[in-house]
Amino acid sequence: MLDYAIRRVGLSLLILIVVMTAMYGMVFLVPGDPASLALGPRATPELKEALRERMGLDQPILTQIAYFFANVLQGDLGVDVWSKRPVLEQILEVFPNTLLLGVVALGWALVTGILLGCAAVVWRDTWVDRLLGVLSVSVISVPSFVVAIYGLIVFAVWLNWLPAIGAGETGDPASQLRALILPAFAVGIGWVGYLARLVRASMLEVMEAPHIRTARAFGMRERDIVLRHALRVAIVPTISILAVGFGSILSSAVFVESVFSRPGIGTLITGAVEKRNYPVVMGTVLFMTAFYLAVVTAADLLIARLDPRVRDVLRG
Amino acid sequence: MSALLSVENLSVSYRIPGGRLRALRDVTLSVRRGEVLGIVGESGCGKSTLAAAMIGLLPQGATVEGGAIRLEGEDMRHLSPDRQRGIRGRSVAMVFQDPMTAFNPVLTIGRQVADFTGAHGQRLPQAEIAAMLERVGIPDPARCLGRYPHELSGGMRQRVAIAAALLMRPDVLIADEPTTALDVTMEAQIIHLLRALRADFDGAIVIVTHHLGVIAELCDRVAVMYAGEVVEEAAVDDLFHDPRHPYSRALLACDPAVVIPGTGHLPTIGGRVPDLSVLPAGCAFAARCPLADALCRTSPPRVAGQGRSVLCHRAATQVAP
Repeated sequence: MLDYAIRRVGLSLLILIVVMTAMYGMVFLVPGDPASLALGPRATPELKEALRERMGLDQPILTQIAYFFANVLQGDLGVDVWSKRPVLEQILEVFPNTLLLGVVALGWALVTGILLGCAAVVWRDTWVDRLLGVLSVSVISVPSFVVAIYGLIVFAVWLNWLPAIGAGETGDPASQLRALILPAFAVGIGWVGYLARLVRASMLEVMEAPHIRTARAFGMRERDIVLRHALRVAIVPTISILAVGFGSILSSAVFVESVFSRPGIGTLITGAVEKRNYPVVMGTVLFMTAFYLAVVTAADLLIARLDPRVRDVLRG
Repeated sequence: MSALLSVENLSVSYRIPGGRLRALRDVTLSVRRGEVLGIVGESGCGKSTLAAAMIGLLPQGATVEGGAIRLEGEDMRHLSPDRQRGIRGRSVAMVFQDPMTAFNPVLTIGRQVADFTGAHGQRLPQAEIAAMLERVGIPDPARCLGRYPHELSGGMRQRVAIAAALLMRPDVLIADEPTTALDVTMEAQIIHLLRALRADFDGAIVIVTHHLGVIAELCDRVAVMYAGEVVEEAAVDDLFHDPRHPYSRALLACDPAVVIPGTGHLPTIGGRVPDLSVLPAGCAFAARCPLADALCRTSPPRVAGQGRSVLCHRAATQVAP
């Protein structure tokens, strides 16, 4: 298990380096000189040159990448071109908002999705199952920012039940919670449908397995069979999908944060891209990639813990 | 002594595209307390469907078209689903064919056996479970309880399955091909174990197999099945020494254990099993039977015989095989 953990983490670090190098290259392929864009059309060439130098854009690209990684290893993600504040500081300031949004969205989606998936199995081929099927496919098909905009119009503008923008008053959990409801709903709703379908399919497959017949032959209650024996097997594919899904949760959080003008990684990165604030873009992407890889790695390790067969294959 | 478990005129069919497959036709069997009944037949003769019906767990798509399955006289089919569940495990326990897949891969043996024994109330203490594992010949039972199914050999898993079934203290123990998935050595060990256990077991045992050796070793009475029907039922000794149904004779002649000495020749039964969705008008075995005549091809035979039942028009005809 330890051996596997080390190899798995090593692989994640390798992926991180490849992603960052590709990202660095991509920034240079995007049209538009950051210096002239930042300084406006009336800037003098000397001024532009000075800014380029400050941003490190005058160096050869490989040198830039090398410097970048050297700094990252020292925990330095660079400095904001405009505010001169360290990038890491800005990220850490808004990241809790995004993380909270992602976790709450995933959390309610997970609980609801698994329950609805189990319900579809228990009442399979009845109207409950069919209704859940139609609803699931509907919510999967609607993009999260569309849900966000409609949610905003109905609950914030018309009904005035929930705040339309922001993340709530600092230090006031009730107001923060109220500000979280609509964004978390918008980000999570598609996943409710997706998870319900996934759990249902995985569960139906497991319910056909001979070991479920054994449990029935011993007279176990159907409810106990579903919850104690089948779910444990059916949940394994769900966890790996979920970890990958956390990445897409975070990217829909980016859109939803823009809709609700909610401070977070999403608003930070969209602002930085618009201003060609490269250190912030790079730093944020690096941070999110590292975070995402950490989640996927953790999920793989969790699967190895949950499924003893995976553990043994890895050991062997 | 009256029958503990009896099957009366049971007919079961499966829905298939464009019709129905008649898996069991008018099957009548019974087993008494203290008795071991063997059910033998080729693949597809309906023996596993019969075993599943006895515990009320027919696969999806199977329909009972008639008949009754009685446990101490009470027809299980007329009980509520909850009462049927109450019988499963507690009154009728089952050991399945494939010990590789019969256990949940992600739960430990101990957890599963504890869940099974707790299906009808209080779970049994681990010590009692361990004692039973020891009785069925599992070395270091405490350690076995903490292991996952894939960490045990097929033979060990089948021992655990038998132990779990015995822990339920059932009235009837059904073993569906208990040795088929095992290699020869393991098979011999499991047969040996079942023989030892039957001495202490005061219920009835039903063993479903295609292996005549298992029947000879373990059973008191045997029912031979062919194409969904019981074609002959007899005491084991009678069947082995004096098979009356032409199919029973052919089956015994084809046993690899009695391959004709010196020749290395293994006899086979010519022809094939009839299509269970388009059965012939007369006897189902007529097309393969050396004794069949015009009557056999047109009219279905009735059970005949004294003390033993044979489903054959020509049962009385004695011909050297």
